[in-house]
Amino acid sequence: MSSPIIEVRNLWFSFNGHTALKAVNLMLDAREFTAIIGPNGGGKTTLLKLLLGLLRPDQGTIRIFGKSPGQAAHRIGYVPQEIGFNKNFPISAMDVTLMGTLKSGKGWAGYSKNDRAAAEETLERLGMSEFRDRRIGELSGGQRQKVFIARAIVNEPEILFLDEPTASIDTKGQTEFYNLLRRLNETTTILMVSHDLMIVSSYVSSVACVNQAVHYHNSAEITEEMLDMHCCPVELVTHGKLPHRVLRNHEDF
Amino acid sequence: MLEALEFEFMRNALLAGLFVSLTCGVIGTYVVVNRIVFVSGGIAHAAYGGIGFAFFFGLPYMVGTLGFSLLVSMIMAAVTLKARHRADTVIGVLWAIGMATGVILLDLTPGYNVDLMSYLFGSILTVPTSDLWLMLVLNIVILLLVGYFYHDLLAMSYDEAFAQVKGVPVRFLYFLLLGMIALSVVMIIRVVGLILVIALLTIPPYIAETYSKSLFKMMLISTALSASFTLVGLWLSYTFDLTSGATIILVGGAVFFISVLLKPRISGM
Repeated sequence: MSSPIIEVRNLWFSFNGHTALKAVNLMLDAREFTAIIGPNGGGKTTLLKLLLGLLRPDQGTIRIFGKSPGQAAHRIGYVPQEIGFNKNFPISAMDVTLMGTLKSGKGWAGYSKNDRAAAEETLERLGMSEFRDRRIGELSGGQRQKVFIARAIVNEPEILFLDEPTASIDTKGQTEFYNLLRRLNETTTILMVSHDLMIVSSYVSSVACVNQAVHYHNSAEITEEMLDMHCCPVELVTHGKLPHRVLRNHEDF
Repeated sequence: MLEALEFEFMRNALLAGLFVSLTCGVIGTYVVVNRIVFVSGGIAHAAYGGIGFAFFFGLPYMVGTLGFSLLVSMIMAAVTLKARHRADTVIGVLWAIGMATGVILLDLTPGYNVDLMSYLFGSILTVPTSDLWLMLVLNIVILLLVGYFYHDLLAMSYDEAFAQVKGVPVRFLYFLLLGMIALSVVMIIRVVGLILVIALLTIPPYIAETYSKSLFKMMLISTALSASFTLVGLWLSYTFDLTSGATIILVGGAVFFISVLLKPRISGM
């Protein structure tokens, strides 16, 4: 039994006096595929940003590989929320991918031959070679998401963080996308914020419910308790097959 | 036009136009892709305080304005990072305070008889050789900084959160960028005046963006466009005896509208 690679202990975080996360404890082992689910505004993205070191906790500690998020950054890949931002930005798929090899203080050197080779190889692996010189805005949602994955995995991270990665992909593309994640999961720990509970449940190995507090479930089953916790995403409410009621708040909340 | 080159003021005007075009191409590209046009406008107008400052203390225009604009840009960077959702209001306030300070300082300057209009609308035909040297130095400084931080600035401009995760010092770069905008603004005011700074900083990069596959190409195309606008504008203003700054901007504006009409519908605009 190895020690957990992500350790969150007694984490508290607030925005302008509003508590976003309280008393969060979370331990994740290597090779997990964990979905972070929960209601809008429940703190999913906030938790991810704390794990990435983009936000600092008010209280508590975060350890990734036993280090602070900043120190572990080079072992982490990150796919941000795809909200179609900067579509007109003049940048090619190749240049976006190369961004993943960036280290601070690179200065005049620019990208090395190795960086370029790694970027080409990663795009090839994701079947995106032919689009390498295309402008990012000319790609479809699914293709663009693959480029963001390429950028995240080009330096072979040990953990991959994704924030609602399928928002701009159609249903067929989503299945393909999750299959890709499943392949990546053979070598990489994956932590993914998602709204899409129904699809997620057939791919992930564990679920973390976030609604200020965090409840970790070491299985992918959607339980009555999760619904009870208001971890119920909108898509499930409107299209899901599970019976659903708006239930009282969980006693923890 | 060619016989006009016999005059020193015309040669200086051409050189000033070319220097400023380089600045506009490079810094304007960052202004457009980072969507900080309003901040840049704030810095440009607040620079009027610097003009007042320069006259009041008897400093050369470029030196006084440079110091003041850099100070204002650092304050704006700090404010916009701290209170992002109210940044536009604060920028608007600083914009007005800067201009008001300039007006009052000029009021208080004894024997003040400078042509105000030349700072509001530029006076490319009266650029002294000493200012050209300073422009050359500023251009070199900007090019060296942009060259050194090119990949970091690109990452920050495209995806700030990702850049930060990668350890790119985004806060420092934001201060640096606004500082470089202040340097550019001081130069551009010489050519088209502070009211028209934003036009020269944004029109060329906006047109260039559609036809560029990278930020670097966008800078090259913007610089070329900016230089063309300046040359054509200068020639028109010389031939028809018009205000040079405004003529340069109108040439740019005309091309801007043509490019909008011709814009290929690829980018989902």
